Amino acid sequence: MATFALTRRALIAGAALVIAIPRLRAPRAAPAATPAAATPAPSLISLQINGHERRLAVEPRTTLLDALREQLDLTGTKKGCDRGACGACTVHVDGRRVNACLTLAMRVQGRAITTIEGLAQGDDLHPVQAAFIRHDAFQCGYCTPGQIMSAAAFLAEGHDADPATIREWMSGNICRCGAYPHIVDAVRDVAISRAANGAG
Amino acid sequence: MGIIGAPIARVDGRAKVTGRARYAAEAAVPGAVHAVLVQSTIAAGVVLAVETAAAEGMPGVLAILTPQNAPRLADVRPQAQLVPNPTLQDATVAYNGQTIAVVVAETLQQAEAAAAHVRARYRADEAITEMGDDLADAYVPKNFRNGMRKPDSARGDADAAFNAAPVQISATYTTPVEHHNPMEPHATIARWDGDRLTVWTATQYVSGARATLARLLGIDAGNVRVICPFTGGGFGCKGTTWPPAVLAAMAARSVNRPVKLVLDRRQMYTSNGFRPRTLQKLRLGATPDGQIVSLRHDGFTQMSLGDFGEFAEPVGLASEMLYAVPNAAVTHRLVAVNQGLPTYMRAPGEASGSFALESAIDEMAAALNMDPLDLRLRNYAESDPHENRPFSSKALRECYRAGAEAFGWAQRPLAPRCLRDGDVLVGWGMATALYPINRSAAQATLRMGADGRVFVRSGTQEIGGGTYTTMAQVTAEALGVPVGQVTAQLGDSAWPHAPVSGGSQTSASVLNAVVAAADALRARLAALAGLDARQVQLAAGTLVGPDGTRLRIDVLLARHGLDTIEATAESVPGDEKQRFSLHSFGAHFVEVQVDPAIGRIRIARHVGAFDTGRVLNARTARSQAIGGIIYGYGMALLEKTEVDAETGRYVNANLSDYLVPVNADVPDIVTIFVEKPDRNANPLGVKGLGELPTVGVAAAVANAVYHATGRRVRDLPIRVEDVLA
Ligand code: FES
Ligand code: FES
Repeated sequence: MATFALTRRALIAGAALVIAIPRLRAPRAAPAATPAAATPAPSLISLQINGHERRLAVEPRTTLLDALREQLDLTGTKKGCDRGACGACTVHVDGRRVNACLTLAMRVQGRAITTIEGLAQGDDLHPVQAAFIRHDAFQCGYCTPGQIMSAAAFLAEGHDADPATIREWMSGNICRCGAYPHIVDAVRDVAISRAANGAG
Repeated sequence: MGIIGAPIARVDGRAKVTGRARYAAEAAVPGAVHAVLVQSTIAAGVVLAVETAAAEGMPGVLAILTPQNAPRLADVRPQAQLVPNPTLQDATVAYNGQTIAVVVAETLQQAEAAAAHVRARYRADEAITEMGDDLADAYVPKNFRNGMRKPDSARGDADAAFNAAPVQISATYTTPVEHHNPMEPHATIARWDGDRLTVWTATQYVSGARATLARLLGIDAGNVRVICPFTGGGFGCKGTTWPPAVLAAMAARSVNRPVKLVLDRRQMYTSNGFRPRTLQKLRLGATPDGQIVSLRHDGFTQMSLGDFGEFAEPVGLASEMLYAVPNAAVTHRLVAVNQGLPTYMRAPGEASGSFALESAIDEMAAALNMDPLDLRLRNYAESDPHENRPFSSKALRECYRAGAEAFGWAQRPLAPRCLRDGDVLVGWGMATALYPINRSAAQATLRMGADGRVFVRSGTQEIGGGTYTTMAQVTAEALGVPVGQVTAQLGDSAWPHAPVSGGSQTSASVLNAVVAAADALRARLAALAGLDARQVQLAAGTLVGPDGTRLRIDVLLARHGLDTIEATAESVPGDEKQRFSLHSFGAHFVEVQVDPAIGRIRIARHVGAFDTGRVLNARTARSQAIGGIIYGYGMALLEKTEVDAETGRYVNANLSDYLVPVNADVPDIVTIFVEKPDRNANPLGVKGLGELPTVGVAAAVANAVYHATGRRVRDLPIRVEDVLA
């Protein structure tokens, strides 16, 4: 790789040397065409989350992830990248897994949203949650809600549950702690017991 | 097997699988407003002006902190462990991505939008954006290992012995900048109540964060409380208190509201350290029958040109002591560039250093036409040749044996390119793992109630290693109560002091403190009963006397009018460091499959055997081992932070372009624990497990790739083009 073989801290000739740093909160009115004018006001929406109706005011740019975490105190859904690359924010919308960070809150009105908080039935854990504990399919736990939401959807989607298929379909969820082999064990365990119980 | 060692399920498992475990950014702090960082777009120079007018006019904006108006800190001396800069204390820019402003607004959306409209004018200076192969400006670290070790060491005459050696290996290895990328981004919520500060922050060290914040902000540490019940992974980047935590506290004071500051993923590459690039020159000399007579390891690692303190990656420490080589020389040098300050990243030193050392050993084995495991056994160190001390314990031979047997290593053909599966080339490689056993002073408090419930408390952290669980297990065993009756509490600087969750030292430090607190509690109960503490046991809610008589603890407490009884104790390292060389060990055996037509490398099988002393929980220990191994896969095959040489900007600062292992990259992994409690190291006999399994993985994979293809790859990560036909 190339490295500049130049004197450290040498100045670029002719650089402006005028120091002009504005004051904090300059007490003048914002110019007419500031970006402020382009910011639409929040509007009131209603979301169906975990079987409950939740009303909240969101801006058009507010993602479902930020609405859950910052406005509804549903912090089980995690933000890992905010760009659709890690799966930490996985939730179900009408039973399908989606990245909440790539979903605008306004666009999911009237849809059935399930988050990790809504997966268990009261004190009874969802079988995937219980299997994750049995198989120690996590360490720090930060990716875990997303992994579990993905796994629950994977099983509901009816794929073959051999290890290779599980690995492939669970690869949208990054676990930096590296719990992957145990995640495969947990998902496979649930699939096998469902098959044994004739539940598919 | 008692409760210690039993594979019990994590006591915090339910909280983690239901989403109830709250990480730093998730504390419910009413009235919190949001802060977003703005970072520099040049690699070197001075911020002439931060143009904030447009952003200030946007809805919800409360304040914009810049180098011009930011509150002055009380103490900004760079220190190795405490990194106060860059915290807007001056306008100097030392790297691309350095924080130059903080925007605070009512909502996150407002703060993000306003931050996008902050512009800076700079005076740009020439920058050295990358550590290249030109090492002319390399210099000796000033504060190597905080002054505890010398950057250079030598025994015998390595150069003369090399020159005289019949078989010689001389090679240069490089490892790139890598980023920790815990899934939880760095996050801080800061709230002032008068001159008292409460901070929820993603950290591996609540007490360290408290000390740093107090010192920088010029307030008494007793007025700072740091809370972190769960840390969403750290791997080293949350061990130090980095500027964003400080900036959140500064911003909260400026706007007089609680402030939440969460880094976005891109900022996670420029705000809290990374594993520095290394260039390592190895020279080995050996006799034809495989005795290594000379080892020289010259390590050059990346540092920052910024005035941020010093970090020197200790790549050569393993080379000093792993093999019984009579002549050895190790040097450490730094090369400073316009990038941020590097820091500890999972197995700092050993992870990068062992790639070079254990690759070179493999190259020597090939040159000698000798099995790589036989070469290692031929040069096995029975005692530490560098420190001239016995090992506290060393079951590396057992790791080699158990791992080789489980893998079927004896079947390995000596020559490369001998194993095939159809068109796919198959290779077997191995490498050694080692990591120092660390331990620091730690305190714990135990409180037992008349109802038999026990609380165990320490200001330590849960970063994924299972600390809640092992604290509960050790308490349960020491007090003779079921684990279910124990509640572990941690992650609060208000509780008894514990060290940083780094260096794989949490068990050796905190759990020995729990044992000491249990001893203290037993002594208090014995005193209440008028018995000699040395003669009583605790079992099933009773105090068992020397004659076997049992006294119910609830009755004993009631007799003294007590509801609960409590004891706090500290456990400190003894003289074990003076008496022994303290290390954990292990061995990796890896099979790779290489498709030369498309350059695809897959890891097909892995056996890892580890000597980590006593295993506290067989279930969570295996998780740590596989997690550490998978971290090594990233190093071997995927991870490299790419720098644009022109601007000094990271071009892949996100999780789409910076590749980390995903589920489909990982094979079945067999883990073996050669369990030998090490009582020379500490009373519990634990050696530490967080980092050891990562060490040696990259070399084992590279050695397997050599065995598959006949190509020796000396620059990480191993790429498609390295193995294409
Ligand atoms: S936070 Fe949504 S995919 Fe990463
Ligand atoms: S459990 Fe830590 S990232 Fe998956």
